[in-house]
Amino acid sequence: MAEKKMKGSYILMEALKQEGVDTIFGYPGGNIIPVFDALYDYQDDFNYILMRHEQAVTHAAEGYARASGKPGVCIVTSGPGATNTITGIGDAMMDSTPMIVITGQANAASLGTDAFQEIDLVGITQPITKWSYQIRRAEDIAYAVARAFHIATTGRPGPVVLDFAKNAQNELFEFQPQKISIARGYIPYPDLNEKQVDEVANLINESKKPLVLVGQGVILSNAEKELLTFLEKADIPAASTLLGLSAMPSDFRLNKGFIGMHGNIAPNKKTNECDLLIGIGMRFADRVTGNVKTYAKQAKIVHIDIDISEIGKNIKTDAKILGDAKEVLIALTKKIKENNHSEWIDSFKAFEEEEYNKVIKKSLYPSVDALTMGEVVRKVSDATHKDAILVTDVGQNQMESARYFQYTKSRSIVTSGGLGTMGFGLPAAIGAKIGVPNRTVCIFAGDGGFQMSIQELGTIMQSNIGVKMILLNNNYLGMVRQWQELFYQKRYSSTPMINPDFNAIASAYKIANRKVTKRDELDEAINDMLSNDEAFLLVVEVEENGLVYPMTPAGETITNILTPED
Amino acid sequence: MEKKLYTIIIFSENHVGLLNQISIIFTRRGLNIETLSVSPSALEGIHKFTITTYTDENTIEKVVKQIDKRVDIIKSFYNTDEELVYQEIALYKISTDDFIALESSEELIRKYNIRILEMTKNCVVLEKTGHYNETQGLFDELSQKMKVLQFIRSGRIAITKSKIERLSDILEKYEERWKKTVNHGE
Repeated sequence: MAEKKMKGSYILMEALKQEGVDTIFGYPGGNIIPVFDALYDYQDDFNYILMRHEQAVTHAAEGYARASGKPGVCIVTSGPGATNTITGIGDAMMDSTPMIVITGQANAASLGTDAFQEIDLVGITQPITKWSYQIRRAEDIAYAVARAFHIATTGRPGPVVLDFAKNAQNELFEFQPQKISIARGYIPYPDLNEKQVDEVANLINESKKPLVLVGQGVILSNAEKELLTFLEKADIPAASTLLGLSAMPSDFRLNKGFIGMHGNIAPNKKTNECDLLIGIGMRFADRVTGNVKTYAKQAKIVHIDIDISEIGKNIKTDAKILGDAKEVLIALTKKIKENNHSEWIDSFKAFEEEEYNKVIKKSLYPSVDALTMGEVVRKVSDATHKDAILVTDVGQNQMESARYFQYTKSRSIVTSGGLGTMGFGLPAAIGAKIGVPNRTVCIFAGDGGFQMSIQELGTIMQSNIGVKMILLNNNYLGMVRQWQELFYQKRYSSTPMINPDFNAIASAYKIANRKVTKRDELDEAINDMLSNDEAFLLVVEVEENGLVYPMTPAGETITNILTPED
Repeated sequence: MEKKLYTIIIFSENHVGLLNQISIIFTRRGLNIETLSVSPSALEGIHKFTITTYTDENTIEKVVKQIDKRVDIIKSFYNTDEELVYQEIALYKISTDDFIALESSEELIRKYNIRILEMTKNCVVLEKTGHYNETQGLFDELSQKMKVLQFIRSGRIAITKSKIERLSDILEKYEERWKKTVNHGE
C-alpha cells in the first residue's frame, strides 16, 4: 500500500516521534510557522515548552539532555532566531551535550539572495557542531532526522543543526520511517585494543601512587558503577573535573573531590606527586591543568577517551586506551590486581585538613556577619538530603556551588564548563526539571547571570516549572571582580551592579519568593522554598567582597594555590 | 619544533560545505593553506583533497585528527615529501615574438621538458609539470629573458609510496564497524 503523502512539517513530526522525542523547546517565527502548525496537531505527542528567547531554548535543551541523558530538541525560526542559538550550540559542543537544533530557513529557491531572515546557519555552525545540514526538499527529512539523532547521541555526543527550508516544510511527500544509513568514516565507538588495555593494566599494577581524574565521559557512558568497582579493586584515589562531578557519590571513600583552578587542594597537589595519572573521559582542559609545562611531569600519564583527537591534544601521554569508558573500565578491571594504597591515600589528609582550616571552615561557618555563598549552597544541599540536581550559572556562584554541593546520584550537576556561558543556569534548570521531574532542581545564579536570562521567569510561570532558584546576590560581577581584586590592583572596571528588586520581579511573574539578608533567616527560608513542588526564588544577599578559594591563577603551576590570608 | 611542508590527503563525502568544514580547522590554528587540490576519487561519490601547509609535526597530527573526526570525512592522513610521489602543473603565457627571439628555444624545451599547448600570432602557452622548484625554475629563467605575460601553478597532487591500503579496503572496514555501531548497546 502506498504511503499517504503529507506535508514536510508533518513528516518532521513523525520522524521526531520515531526517534522517541517527548519534549521540544522552541520559539516560533515566520520561516518555521508550518512546523508549528503541524505541532498543533501533535500536542498529545510532545510536551512543547515555549521559552522567551532562542538562546534559552538551547540552554533548556542542554539542561534537559544533561539531566536526563536523552537528546534535547529545539525548534526555532530562521535569521535572528537561528543566530540566537549559536551560544547554546557552542556550549553543547564544548560540553559534549546531545542536542538537535531545527531552524527555519528561507525557501531553497531564494537562498543566497539575502531573503528576509535568511542567514547561512550551516556555514556559521560548522565549526561548533558535530554535523550541520540543510534540508531543501521534503524527501530528505526522514534521512536527515535519523542521521541527526544518530550523530548527536552516539560516541562523544554533541549538537547537530538541521536547517529546514520553508518550501520543504510545505512540500508533500510520503513518510517512510528510516533507520540511519551508514555514515562512512564516522566511528563513534572505536574497537577496544587489548594491547592498550594490557599496557595500562601493567602500569596500574606497578604504580605505588596512582591518581584517577574522572570526567563527564564516565557519566555519558553510564559507567559510574564500573568506575567505583575499578577504583575499589585497585584502591585508587580519584577526583573529578567540573563536569565529572556526581559520577562518584560525595561520601565515596576514594573520592578526593574536585580538580582544577578552584578545586580541592589535595588532588591538585597530588597531581604533581603521583606516579601514575589516569584521565578517564576528560580532556585535560586548561582549567584543570594550569601550566601544562609543569603538569604532572613526575608521573606516567594515561588517557582513556572515546575521542582520538583529545588524546595528546593538551598533554603528552605515555599510554592511552581509545574507547567507551564503560567498556574500557570493564576490560581494565578484569586485568588489574587487587591492591592497597592506604599510605598514599592517607597522605591526602594533610592537604584536606589544610583546606578545611584555611578555606572551608571560613566559607561554611563564617565568623563575619555577612553571608557567604558557600554556606548557602551547603545548607540547600543538606536540606535536599544531597539528592537534588544542582544547576549553576557561571562565575563565583558556579565554583562555590560546585565546591559545596554534595551528591548521592549521578547526573546531578548541570553547568556550563567549557564555554562558561553566563545566563546558562536559569533556562538549563527549566530543561533539567522537565527532563527529570521527580527530582528537586536547584539553580544557583549570581545577580549578573540571572539577569542575562531573567526573561525565563515567564517560561516558568507559563509552563509551571517547579525550579528552586537561589540568587546569590553580591551586587557585583563577582568572578571578574575577584580577578580585579587579585590581579588588577582593585580597579573595579564595569563590575559593580545596581540591581532591581528581584523579589518584586518574581512577584510580577506570580512566583513565590523570599529574601534573606541575615544568617538566622536562612534555614527557615530554605525550608519554606522546599516545602512544595512550585517554583521559588530565594534571593540571598551575600558578602560583596567574597573570593572563591582555593585558586590557582590561570596559566600557573597547578600546585601554586592561593588561599585567604590569615 | 621544526616547521616543514606537510601534505594532507583527505577522502570525503561529496557534500556541500565540505571545504569549509576542512578550512575552518586550519583557520582556528592560524595555518595557511599553501596549495589545495580537489577532485573526484576513483570511487563514485567520494572526493579527494590534497592540501599542503607549513607547520610542525605536533600541530599537523592534531589538525589531521580534528579533520578526520568530522562526520563527513571518510579518511585523512598526512605525509612528508619523502613519503610521496607528487606533482604540480604550471602554465606560462609569453609573447610569440619573445619566444621566437630566444637564442635556443629547443635547449629550453629539452632542459625543462616543456610542452607547447598553444601558439598564435600573439602568444605561446607553455606547460611544465614537476615539483615546485622545477616549475618555479622555468618561471625564473623565462623572467630573466622576457616578460612572462601570465603564469599559473596548480595545487599539489600526491600519491603515497608506501601505503598499500586502498580506499575500497578502508570502506569495507567501515562497513564492518558500522554493523557493530548499529548493534552497540542493544
